[in-house]
Amino acid sequence: MDDQRIESHPILQFEKSAVLSFTFDGQPMQGREGDTVASALFANGVQVFGRHFKTKRARGFYCAIGNCSSCLMVVNGKSNVRTCTTYLEEGMVVETQEDRGNLLRKRQVGQALDVSKGASDDV
Amino acid sequence: MYETDVVVIGGGPAGLMASNAAAEAGASVLLIERFAHLGGQLIKQTHKFFGSEKQYASVRGIDIPSRIAEERALVEDRVTIWTRSTVLGLFEDGVITVDRDGKYCKIRPSRIIVATGASEKFLTFPNNDLPGIYGAGAVQTMMNVYGVCPGRRVLMVGAGNIGLIVSYQLLQAGVEVVAVVEGLPNIGGYAVHASKIRRAGVPILTSHTLLRADGVDGVESAVIAQIDNRWQPIPGSSKSVSCDVICISVGLSPLTELLWQAGCDMRYVPQLGGYVPLRNERLETTVPEIYIAGDVAGIEEASAAMVEGRLAGLEAAASLGLGFTTLDDERADLCQQLDELRAGPSGEKIRSGLVKAGIA
Ligand SMILES: Cc1cc2nc3c(=O)[nH]c(=O)nc-3n(C[C@H](O)[C@H](O)[C@H](O)COP(=O)(O)OP(=O)(O)OC[C@H]3O[C@@H](n4cnc5c(N)ncnc54)[C@H](O)[C@@H]3O)c2cc1C
Ligand code: FES
Repeated sequence: MDDQRIESHPILQFEKSAVLSFTFDGQPMQGREGDTVASALFANGVQVFGRHFKTKRARGFYCAIGNCSSCLMVVNGKSNVRTCTTYLEEGMVVETQEDRGNLLRKRQVGQALDVSKGASDDV
Repeated sequence: MYETDVVVIGGGPAGLMASNAAAEAGASVLLIERFAHLGGQLIKQTHKFFGSEKQYASVRGIDIPSRIAEERALVEDRVTIWTRSTVLGLFEDGVITVDRDGKYCKIRPSRIIVATGASEKFLTFPNNDLPGIYGAGAVQTMMNVYGVCPGRRVLMVGAGNIGLIVSYQLLQAGVEVVAVVEGLPNIGGYAVHASKIRRAGVPILTSHTLLRADGVDGVESAVIAQIDNRWQPIPGSSKSVSCDVICISVGLSPLTELLWQAGCDMRYVPQLGGYVPLRNERLETTVPEIYIAGDVAGIEEASAAMVEGRLAGLEAAASLGLGFTTLDDERADLCQQLDELRAGPSGEKIRSGLVKAGIA
């Protein structure tokens, strides 16, 4: 889990906070309390967060503070989640996003959502 | 519907100072911040600040938010803070909509201070979408907020203050910086920062640019070249450097979406970083009741953001009939502090930009 974590630093001290477990594309991973989904993935050496819906080129984060939408992923079945502003929670299910996002997917995981029209991948 | 005198959007140095000032003047304040922590860009800045004592010079950026919080303790009963809360919309009827930790809320304040800061600019070059190409601020966030190392070998693009400071911070975190490339013939940032990284052996290549990035699913190398004074690559000067991260540090632009949405008059002022809201000397926009402070009003430094924040907070409260008898003196003092920060040749750009962004 701590592959990419900074071990020693001349000015900052990084407390080792509580460990949180989550999955990335089905693979179990661990992050720390206070991590965003993006920082937890990055600490695990993951830098491809998604793929362009048409060209399938790899996408990673860019700004890390919620301004550019480069870091969108599927989190707990919900598409288009900005992972750099979403804090990691125990048991989160994080997936690479390869389409434009699908509101229907949320329904499949049992959370009711009113999808009246045009919510498929090719909107 | 939540009601309050003043809503401050953004908990960076500008927003923190604005909240304190409005509350000191007697207003009830709601401060809204997207992240779990207050401080905006300050919480990543491990270096000591320039400026005068009034703006916490020689204090490390990371230590400033707690100083401001101590001052807030005096007016704590009037300041409500919502962290993990993102303002989604600013509507023409004065209603603000917020995603508060996953819940949707509406607020109707009497006055609004927008202090949302800035976002990092991007560069156009082949393969600029590869993972591994990150904003310099993003790399700083990963390192200094979350304690995560961005990679092994970093190429920094841009030798302004942010590019230089982040390069130094990368070295502090044990990451190799292969070079800093800068298109201009001279270094934009302060000489002290440049010397620190040069002493550590990092070359600063002026009159150089990044031509392309290469790699599959991530950066593996970059091609850089020397350029002439028309920004054209000099034939035969290009070379490939191996790196796994390319850090882009080519400036910031004000984060103004909410102001556009609210219908504020905006103008493109390159000296201030892009489109900025027009404002009067009280930092009020063309939409009465909406005030601005900090980088969203024009890219400057934290010192100016703090002074503007205090001014906007006092003005917003004063427009509600709140304030102290010494308001005029304090107003004059703050304006003088801003003039001092913007004085001299280094402030020329800001001064000329502000002329274009001002309204009577
Ligand atoms: C590497 C680096 C080094 C620097 N060094 C110095 C220095 O030595 N001296 C100096 O004076 N300045 C320095 N600066 C500049 C300084 O950090 C900025 O000018 C200053 O932080 C601007 O303050 P602000 O409050 O306007 O914006 P920010 O600090 O960016 O704060 C804006 C806040 O608003 C929040 N926000 C944005 N949108 C929303 C929304 N919709 N809803 C809720 N919250 C929102 C953001 O999360 C953020 O916390 C440096 C900057 C960098 C990046
Ligand atoms: S990386 Fe820019 S919004 Fe997440």
